[in-house]
Amino acid sequence: MRVIVGVKRVVDFAIKARVKADKTGVVTEGVKHSMNPFDEIALEQGIRLKESGAVKEVIAVSCGPTACQETLRTALAMGADRAIHVPVEGAAYETLQPLAVAKIFKKLAEDNQANLVLFGKQAIDDDANQTAQLTSALLNWPQGAFAAKLSVEGGSKVKVVREIDGGLETIELNLPAVVSADLRLAEPRYASLANIMKAKKKPLDKKTPEELGVDIKPRIKTLSVEEPPVRKAGIKVENVDGLLQKLRTEAGVTF
Amino acid sequence: MLSRVALTCARRLTQSTAASIQQQHQQPRALLSMGASAARAAAGAGSSKQQAYVSPFDERPQLTDEHRIFRDAARRFFETEVAPHHAKWEQDGMVSREVWEKAGAAGLLGTTIPVEYGGGGGDAFHAAIAVEEQLRLQLSGPGFSLHSDIIIPYILHYGSEEQKQKWIPLMCQGKAISAIGMSEPSAGSDLQGIKTTAVRDGDDYVINGSKIFISNGQMADIIVLVAKTDPSKGAHGTSLILVETDRPGFQRGRNLKKLGLKAQDTSELFFDNVRVPASNLLGKENHGFKYLMQELGTERLVIGVLSQASAEGVFADTVKYVNERQAFGKSIASFQNTKFKLAEMKTQLSVGRVFIDRCLELQNQGKLDPVAAAIAKLHAGDMLAKITDECLQLHGGYGFMWEYTAARAYADARVQRIYGGTSEIMKDIISRTL
Repeated sequence: MRVIVGVKRVVDFAIKARVKADKTGVVTEGVKHSMNPFDEIALEQGIRLKESGAVKEVIAVSCGPTACQETLRTALAMGADRAIHVPVEGAAYETLQPLAVAKIFKKLAEDNQANLVLFGKQAIDDDANQTAQLTSALLNWPQGAFAAKLSVEGGSKVKVVREIDGGLETIELNLPAVVSADLRLAEPRYASLANIMKAKKKPLDKKTPEELGVDIKPRIKTLSVEEPPVRKAGIKVENVDGLLQKLRTEAGVTF
Repeated sequence: MLSRVALTCARRLTQSTAASIQQQHQQPRALLSMGASAARAAAGAGSSKQQAYVSPFDERPQLTDEHRIFRDAARRFFETEVAPHHAKWEQDGMVSREVWEKAGAAGLLGTTIPVEYGGGGGDAFHAAIAVEEQLRLQLSGPGFSLHSDIIIPYILHYGSEEQKQKWIPLMCQGKAISAIGMSEPSAGSDLQGIKTTAVRDGDDYVINGSKIFISNGQMADIIVLVAKTDPSKGAHGTSLILVETDRPGFQRGRNLKKLGLKAQDTSELFFDNVRVPASNLLGKENHGFKYLMQELGTERLVIGVLSQASAEGVFADTVKYVNERQAFGKSIASFQNTKFKLAEMKTQLSVGRVFIDRCLELQNQGKLDPVAAAIAKLHAGDMLAKITDECLQLHGGYGFMWEYTAARAYADARVQRIYGGTSEIMKDIISRTL
């Protein structure tokens, strides 16, 4: 069994994003980047499946500029067997959208005869939460989004426990399938130095969108990116009556 | 759903809210470490726009992708596995055994030790990165670098194959904690004057004497002991001997109360007719002093590296603080005194960083000489003292409060000019070549 895991390079979670002066996006230059935390969880799950013997090969894939290779090397250091970098640079990268990425993954899943494609449920930069679902639809494979637990049942099925609004839902998917990782699926390991050094010898291939025959032109146009409004100072109310009155008159709450 | 907005908000939570969120769910590491930085932000700068610490020397030209990936892993480890516990460890006077094993599992111990002995197989910059990520956050508790960069190399360089196989893998896993027994109540800088003896008796050595100021002393499972095997020969009668701490006659003294390094255990050790097999001798008998002289350069560079990192860390925290702190109706960063102080510090740090990195390069090439190592330690120690003092001053009254990194860095800085060879010994080493 072969697993493909999507690992997106995003602005580090600890960085406070700043909007560019021309309002076309956020500042990424000179800003620390790292692997999307949810993708890291998906990758950890893929590696654990391999360690359990259920999976033979884990392939990490990242689409974007050359710097994505560092994200892929991190994936290799954590335990992926090989990596594929899909180079997308400059303006094409700035407008790279989930549909295009899903098409890339569809092609890579087919070309590499993958049985399972894993993603983080969303990336913390654009919060789109679309790539896994779109990939599943394009491949016409079953999907298990927001997985909190994942196990391989025999050789032909996976069991996925999903976190849904009302609680947990357990579903069984026929392989091949697409699964996206929620927060509690697996706690990612640290890439140890010995494994970082070993990862240097693991293959990292390049496949351009043209080679894959995928059209990555954007379908959505971003009009403007704005900072969220600055939070105004609060006020103190004298007593409960004062609070109730404010809630009624200013917050529009009806009791 | 958990978006970047939620992620960034989580960083702004107070310590208690972050803790309760952590209890509700088993959060992934990214979020856990955010809890940690939120906690430190709340306790530390009182900041509402805490950012990940980005080194001003992120572009150090010697660093490869492998170094950067390792740095990310190390940074997360210290933020997640060490920072949240450090205050408790300061009260306990020592860290947990668990954190040693976690560091071992995360591959943070023995970074430069060959892979066949369970090490990381890295170079001097990997070792430096592990220390830097720890000290930038002023997390001085875990005695990892002493163990990894100073003690394991003694066994690696002078130990028998059997000793290496027996100890180094366990040490790299954090399952055996080590200490080195050099200083004695009446012999510190004057190493030749040590009085602890190891007398050959059949197939054993019988050890008598005492040691003081021994880092990792309370936790150590294995001690590299400096002892006289031939007291008539002075320095040339010194040997290094491995002593397991479960040997009869071995006793730990008090966990000494110190001015700084509050979470690190520092002890007296007593040896009363402790018998160890002669096979515990490290290298050749009476060659101990020579071995010490060969390895002390590395130890001094390590102290230089950690002093530089600690100074960079407290400086970054101070820059953040002065931009937020208001006085006389404006941020204190806008006063000329602040600007000039920060500029002076930035200058010292930048110049110091280049020298340290050059020493690490030389270390990689096996060319680091004792004089360069002494300069690194002397300079970084003096600079750290000045910078922690200035940074504390810029914090005003808050800088005197323990929850601020400025206070902790100030306290931890003092010993850097004393241990591993005092500043005066460094000057002596440097002046001998002039």
